[in-house]
Amino acid sequence: MAGPYSEKVMDHFMHPRNVGELPDANGIGQVGNPVCGDIMKMYIKVKDNIITDVKFQTFGCGAAIATSSMATELIKGKTLEEALKLTNKAVAEALDGLPKVKMHCSVLAEEAVQAAIDDYLKKTTGKGLPGFKPHEEPLEEHEH
Amino acid sequence: MDAKRIYLDHAATTPAHPDVVKAMQPYFSDIYGNPSSIHSFGQEAKAALESAREKVVVLINARPDEIVFTSGGTESDNFALTGIVYANEKKGDHIITSKIEHHAVTECADFLAKRGFNVTYLPVDKYGMVDPMDVKKAITDKTVLVSIMHANNEIGTIEPLADIIKIVKEKGVFFHTDAVQTFGHLPIDVNKIKADLLSLSGHKFYGPKGVGALYIRKGTRIVPFLRGGAQESNRRASTENVPGIVGMGAACMIAQAEMATAALRETALRDKLIRGIMEKIPEVTLNGHPTARLPNNVNIAIKYVEGESILLNLDMMGIAASSGSACTSGSLDPSHVLLAIGVPHALAHGSLRMTLGRQTTVSDIDRTIEVLPPIVEKLRAMSPLKKGGK
Repeated sequence: MAGPYSEKVMDHFMHPRNVGELPDANGIGQVGNPVCGDIMKMYIKVKDNIITDVKFQTFGCGAAIATSSMATELIKGKTLEEALKLTNKAVAEALDGLPKVKMHCSVLAEEAVQAAIDDYLKKTTGKGLPGFKPHEEPLEEHEH
Repeated sequence: MDAKRIYLDHAATTPAHPDVVKAMQPYFSDIYGNPSSIHSFGQEAKAALESAREKVVVLINARPDEIVFTSGGTESDNFALTGIVYANEKKGDHIITSKIEHHAVTECADFLAKRGFNVTYLPVDKYGMVDPMDVKKAITDKTVLVSIMHANNEIGTIEPLADIIKIVKEKGVFFHTDAVQTFGHLPIDVNKIKADLLSLSGHKFYGPKGVGALYIRKGTRIVPFLRGGAQESNRRASTENVPGIVGMGAACMIAQAEMATAALRETALRDKLIRGIMEKIPEVTLNGHPTARLPNNVNIAIKYVEGESILLNLDMMGIAASSGSACTSGSLDPSHVLLAIGVPHALAHGSLRMTLGRQTTVSDIDRTIEVLPPIVEKLRAMSPLKKGGK
């Protein structure tokens, strides 16, 4: 009864990895907005250029939760350079594919990783990730 | 999973009643004639067709010659809108409908709007009700048709049709209603409410899929939607779906006998489900009207979580429901109905519809009330919208 999703997507959706907040995170990124129905918040802890820990919180559909979960697995223990090479296609492929209408969720996952690294760089070097601009609108505080 | 599966999506479709299937059976390969043929094979099929027509009219107090069989609710809606508008092109070019109609009406109205007709989409209040005074104000001397649904398929709100139609008929304008969610479930008398056209669909009241009808008040001029044959008194070409029509006739008989008790029983289950959810889950609101509501419809907005993820979790537990979430339809916009009643986007994405039916039991409701709260809690715990997790 996996509906439109692969078994791997359902596994990550039902049993998401690295879910929650990370109190000692030194990079936090949030992408998406309530209007489109997906919001991803990614927390990373970077030490010696390596992502030693990562957590996420997601408001969204099955694919949004699964891609967030997979993205955290793919960047944990990686250097910042390696994590920045993570593409939405790689996230989708690691999940054995996504329905076409859900590919935007993988884009959101890729951008959530970049947003967290951007935040980390801003905090540590004063300069964010060159050229980083998530294409979704920022989260509005009000729900309208 | 061993537990019995629970189907709470009757607004999407219902299972055909066993008596319906039994009634249809002979019409596939025993009584297979074409009703338009003059030989005995054809006449047998023709007799079945007319007998089914008489069963349909009983439910709405119409006459047999006022019923045109169609392929379902969508065709009936499309036929009504385009048929009336094109038959009255010389009279006017204005159509009035509401913002919460089924897409079979709104997209048809959009199509006509692109071809030069003027369409007014009336707003609704926070319960999804159309104000009859808004209808009155919107009518001009160019208005040819007002189309307002009987009850909304998503939020279950029942529209004040009698009051609306009274105004519409005073102005001499045609009135159509999409009664797909109410036909066979609630009593309707087209002569009492004075509707000119009414759409209905077989599979929403335990009949088969692929069959429906459009009631057209006698004397109403309408341009056919399908051309190429004299069937249905020249109003709808195409060889009739005899097994489907016979099945829908049988479903009408069952509805006639069971409608009143079913409505009472489902209303009690509906209110039990609403109460149970409200008691067990914080920050939940009911979408739609609390009492002017379809007996089987529950639609709730659950804060901080998204609809599809609730549906998938429920499905894993054997419970089938539906949502106002965009993610289930593949578009990014949430339900136009929820937005029209003023539900904020995030909350519209987190709406859950459960529609009960004749096989829904008290224990199904109890199980749903038991299964849903932990799912919501789990999803809220991972939601960035919920401050401090749960």
